[in-house]
Amino acid sequence: MVRWILAAVAALMMTTGLAAAQQGPLHIEIDEGVIEPLPYALPTFINEGAGGLTSDITRVIAADLSGTGLFREIPESAHIQRFASFETPVSYPDWQAINAQALITGSVGLSGGKVVVKFRLFDIYSGAQLGDGQQLAASPQSWRRLAHKVADVIYARITGESGYFDSRVVFVSESGPKDKRQKRLAVMDYDGANISYLTDSSTIVLAPRFAPQGDRILFTTFETGFPRIKMMNVGNAAGQLLPETPGTMTFSPRFSRDGGSVIYSLEQNGNTDLYRMSVSGGGAERLTNSPAIETAPDFSPDGSRVVFESDRSGTQQIYVMPASGGEPVRISFGEGRYGTPVWSPRGDLIAFTKQAGGRFFIGVMRTDGSEERLLTASFLDEGPTWSPNGRVIMFTRESPGAAGGAKLYTVDISGRNLKAIEGVGGASDPSWGPLLP
Amino acid sequence: MHLVTKAAMGLALIALAACNNPSKNGANGVVDPGGAFGDGAISQGSINDPNSPAYFSATVGDTVHFVVDQSTLTDEARSILSGQAQWLNAHQNYAAIVEGHADEQGTREYNLALGARRASAVQEYLISQGVSGARLRTVSYGKERPLAVCSSEECYSKNRRAVTVISLGAGS
Repeated sequence: MVRWILAAVAALMMTTGLAAAQQGPLHIEIDEGVIEPLPYALPTFINEGAGGLTSDITRVIAADLSGTGLFREIPESAHIQRFASFETPVSYPDWQAINAQALITGSVGLSGGKVVVKFRLFDIYSGAQLGDGQQLAASPQSWRRLAHKVADVIYARITGESGYFDSRVVFVSESGPKDKRQKRLAVMDYDGANISYLTDSSTIVLAPRFAPQGDRILFTTFETGFPRIKMMNVGNAAGQLLPETPGTMTFSPRFSRDGGSVIYSLEQNGNTDLYRMSVSGGGAERLTNSPAIETAPDFSPDGSRVVFESDRSGTQQIYVMPASGGEPVRISFGEGRYGTPVWSPRGDLIAFTKQAGGRFFIGVMRTDGSEERLLTASFLDEGPTWSPNGRVIMFTRESPGAAGGAKLYTVDISGRNLKAIEGVGGASDPSWGPLLP
Repeated sequence: MHLVTKAAMGLALIALAACNNPSKNGANGVVDPGGAFGDGAISQGSINDPNSPAYFSATVGDTVHFVVDQSTLTDEARSILSGQAQWLNAHQNYAAIVEGHADEQGTREYNLALGARRASAVQEYLISQGVSGARLRTVSYGKERPLAVCSSEECYSKNRRAVTVISLGAGS
């Protein structure tokens, strides 16, 4: 695993005149729905001995920002001012002339075996720097993380919300024909880079879930011949099966928000209910008791409630109940079937998979079921997972037919900016981990 | 508790070649490593020998089908399962794993639970026909192991199934 060597978010006061960060008009209010992306300029950072990493880091920052759909890069060929050094003063009229609203300057150097990135953000219309200059350092193999960190800072300064670029996603890597699909557990950066595999393809693995702390994952494995829940340390891929009652099937696990317990489905004699157990052992506590299928549970961010799906009404629908069990309240009432609910990290929305009219949709609704909005539609979309800041949803999209396959997609909760994550190959069941420290 | 000898494996290849239907393995030839019932998911023996697993698969019929999102046994399914129960009652040295499957028109977790319902419905029926529950186990593959790979009802109807996979051994 990549280690963040020097988490030096040591804000250097690299500016001379500005004592305090100036809050100019450079701001995107995401809630209002961004139609016109904010134009920004990102001249290739000044190379201070880092070689090709300089442009690599610059391009990843640009990919992060432009990839949100909130920002649009003005190509470097259109830039008027050229920076000879990181300390070259900004000529605001040159950037106003090409309609840049934000300007990001920076340098990349090497010091003591570490890559050092310095950067500044400027508000062109206000003619002032936005926030302090910053310096970050990490080992060379963590250069992509450096770039993501810079982009997260810029995103946060302009939107007022935390970013999501320096984060990882655990998923199931798929290969082989549809009737003999091979599945391996894998983790990647949020943008599909740095894939590493946690299991081989000797057994079916399903639906991994990151711990909220990002240190462990839970998933379902057929390694015993029967579905069982396994917990794995992400750092060393060491895993252990959770205890189980013989003759039962366990699946669909999810960590509690403190990472200390697991909520999951247990099937016995054909009936599936929800249970909870501590990750440190001890008995299982039964949370639902109905002849229907209860599965796909997730906790509210404060840990007090659980959202899950049940077909107790006759078809799959979404319910909310206290985390300790108790009477569930149905919240989905639209046409069709609703499953795989996941609670937004902001607490305000629940994302779900909907099936209606032979198609699948990813959507969001308020936690009381109101204001349902469908964000995607296809032959088969399923299994949403939230970005750490609750602004983006990643999910599985499977194409039909004998040659069909699964890919990972993201969509903004506005429904805009739908795109596939490229370079990952066949992939399903993403679970988005936390913003890394 | 390893149930299939190498000699039997050889026979299995012959039997499979003869009926040219690898799908009879239920899990499509995927063995269950370390499973409680061993890696017995292989049809063995001659299709013409009424005492052979190949006969069970091909002639008695190891698969029953279900309607969309249901686990209720159809009349046709009950008829096949009655034959399975008769065979199992006459061959007490075999145990069985009932595999439940779903088509791809459903979410992953729900389909796992639905496959379990189907496998359980078959298990209950076999028990009602006199097969000891100690010889039976169930597993669900959800939508993970389709037999037919097109994305239309023609294939979905084949994939909504429960397969009784037998192997030598008393079961427990």
